[in-house]
Amino acid sequence: MGRRQSYDGVALVAPFSTPYQRYSTDTAHWWIAGALRGALGVAGLKPNEIDGFCVSSFSLAPDSAVGLTQHLGLCLRWLDHIPMGGASGIVALRRAARAIQSGDANIVACVAGDTNHIDSFRSLLSSFSRSASDASYPYGYGGPNANFALLTDRYMQEYGATREDFGRICVAQRSNALKYPGAIMKKPLTLEQYIDARPVSDPIALFDCVMPCAGSEAFLVMSEEEAVKRDLPYALIGGTIERHNAHAEDPIQLRGGWTLDIDELYEMADCDAEKIDLLQSYDDYPVICMMQIEDLGFCEKGSAAEFVRSHDLTIEGDFPHNTSGGQLSAGQAGAAGGFLGLVEAIRQVSGTAGPTQVKDANHAMVAGFGMINYDRGVCSGAAIIRSGNS
Amino acid sequence: MTTPLTPPPKKNPQKRTIAPTRPSEARSRAAMGLSAAAAEGRFALQRCAECDTLQYPPRDVCSACLSPQLSWKDISPEGEILAETTIHAVSKLYFRERVPWRIGTVQLDAGPVVICHLHGDCERNSRVTLINRLDRSGQGVLMALPKEGSLNMEDDPQLRAMTSDPKHRRILITDARNTNTPALARSLLDAGAATVFIGEAENWRPNPMRDELNKMANVHIFPLDVTDTSSVQELAAEIGGKTDIMINNASFIRPGGVIARGDTGFARDEIEVNYLGLMRLAQAFGPGMCSRTADGVNSAVAWVNIFSVYALSNDPEFGCFSASNAAARSLSQNMRADFRSSGLRVMNVYTGPTDDDWHQLVPPPKVAPVALARSVVQGLKDGLEETYCGDVAKDLYQRFQNNPNVLERELTQGGDGP
Repeated sequence: MGRRQSYDGVALVAPFSTPYQRYSTDTAHWWIAGALRGALGVAGLKPNEIDGFCVSSFSLAPDSAVGLTQHLGLCLRWLDHIPMGGASGIVALRRAARAIQSGDANIVACVAGDTNHIDSFRSLLSSFSRSASDASYPYGYGGPNANFALLTDRYMQEYGATREDFGRICVAQRSNALKYPGAIMKKPLTLEQYIDARPVSDPIALFDCVMPCAGSEAFLVMSEEEAVKRDLPYALIGGTIERHNAHAEDPIQLRGGWTLDIDELYEMADCDAEKIDLLQSYDDYPVICMMQIEDLGFCEKGSAAEFVRSHDLTIEGDFPHNTSGGQLSAGQAGAAGGFLGLVEAIRQVSGTAGPTQVKDANHAMVAGFGMINYDRGVCSGAAIIRSGNS
Repeated sequence: MTTPLTPPPKKNPQKRTIAPTRPSEARSRAAMGLSAAAAEGRFALQRCAECDTLQYPPRDVCSACLSPQLSWKDISPEGEILAETTIHAVSKLYFRERVPWRIGTVQLDAGPVVICHLHGDCERNSRVTLINRLDRSGQGVLMALPKEGSLNMEDDPQLRAMTSDPKHRRILITDARNTNTPALARSLLDAGAATVFIGEAENWRPNPMRDELNKMANVHIFPLDVTDTSSVQELAAEIGGKTDIMINNASFIRPGGVIARGDTGFARDEIEVNYLGLMRLAQAFGPGMCSRTADGVNSAVAWVNIFSVYALSNDPEFGCFSASNAAARSLSQNMRADFRSSGLRVMNVYTGPTDDDWHQLVPPPKVAPVALARSVVQGLKDGLEETYCGDVAKDLYQRFQNNPNVLERELTQGGDGP
């Protein structure tokens, strides 16, 4: 298989996150418009200056990206709709970058957003996938909680990770979230509170689960020239990968698709794990963070528990991880959960993260993971982005 | 071991009867194959006819070679638990009312990995035997049982929710004059039934089995004539609220087909008892039973019809009787649709020729009353919807599945003539 072409010359700019809300009476359209407006505002652009648009959302029905063009008054020559949940941010970045490189578009807005009405999580669950309806919901209707409880149970048996180890990830992210104004969670979390929390689906308890909420995220993709001309802080793409339905032969998911492409990713980005200043992992459950820490090359397979015991995962720590609190503490705004880490990473390496800014953040690893079709997450992706203004 | 169920206390009439809720019913067309197998108590998965790959969850094509040639094949139900979880918090009302609920990931010896319900006696990472059962939505689900079995295992709350076990339940058998009634009553009592009600038509006529039935403890005989709407309604008013399992064995049978009969007299009786009798019972008892399917240990759980296997394809020697059974079988499908949302299960027991006076001239094998009773009780314990009693019934069903048109020709062909 040939190596992919580089992503040189593409700039990621104008990261924007709306503050999340637990419940919202507004629609996905409203939230998506809010993030788009925010990103355009950061970049000093008018809506008619973008010619590419890429959206991810679970609650837009019956509309798709097409309906949004008219709803938002956008005239576009490049349009995409990415239904990949937690992998949608990375995949949007990949698609948009190629559109810029090929000249199919000059400026692409990548937006994800969802609303959260009372009961919308339950209705989303009930229609998530055919395999889930056939072979997952009839078994206790535990949804992702029960699925990830099974993976977590196996992971703990296989590698000796403990609830305390998962707790360290959650507690550090809460500490980060307290510095991030848009986060839903505003109260500190102790390891003791984590351990004593109400059980949800053993071994998963309350603080292993994300809080579904309403929110949206956006960033713009343009050529580096364009970003420089407009005098915008920007990030560059060292490399990026995606993979779907990898390791289908594994009886239970203990690794993700990253393992197949991680070497190429570091090679493209001309760096190694040592050079990464911060990691934004996809954190629907802490066991998935551990899988990523391993599969993205920060430690050996099975030793992430030891890794989190020996590292400080907070913004000031030696391994800053999910610096805006991740979904576990900022909240999971539907498909925006697949953008949260990427948008925060763009802020970090372009030096605009404000209260959550990691010192000397030059290289960030961002990973996405999405869509529990039946028993495991099917989509995975990752990107290494670096500071453009150095 | 499982904590044994204790007989439920007398119902408090001032308390609200818990309304039935259901697990998720939605399935793809492919996944319905699992439910069809569960209706017969078979453990089957999809197999590719071209490359032999077994797969789960069900798909429209083989995930190994993209062939659309898939069929459901009975396979080894043995496997090993890889992971488990006990669910404590869930939004679906059916499970919310029943937490904690245990599920697990099982690696089958045959290859596929499945997420399934776990019996409470399954030990961590142990060897298990899987069963495929209908849940209260009427769809097939997989459940792991301890490989060696365990004490009182049928009382496990997750398992009991899938079966129609007679233990602690009150059962109505509709015809005290049917020669299979004593065997049915005895088997159900042996299986732990709390009470057996038996209906008897025209009780001024002598009934040679009455003494035997009266001698059994917890058996009560009531007047019931399934050809008389008010008789059926009167009994429903009296015991409909405490009938947990209905077993309709009322049957009218005479030999002969269209030409042999010469008139419609017996055919009318067959329709009155075998078809309209079932309808009267369903109209009088069905709604009350449907409202009590979540009523604790002795909730209403199943409706049993005993049909001739020639309901599937006509036996000319008993041509008109076969026709009345075909009508009743079709009605049972309608009852399933009507009862589905309550979780009340309709089980049809198909029997070959029974060992009684009307089948004197039919050669063996013939179904003895105890054999029929065994099929009924086992079918209830397994929560089945369809079961075939005796070699003739099983053979006929297999031929019916292979090709119903060939079976019809086999059954209706005449001799070579003079």
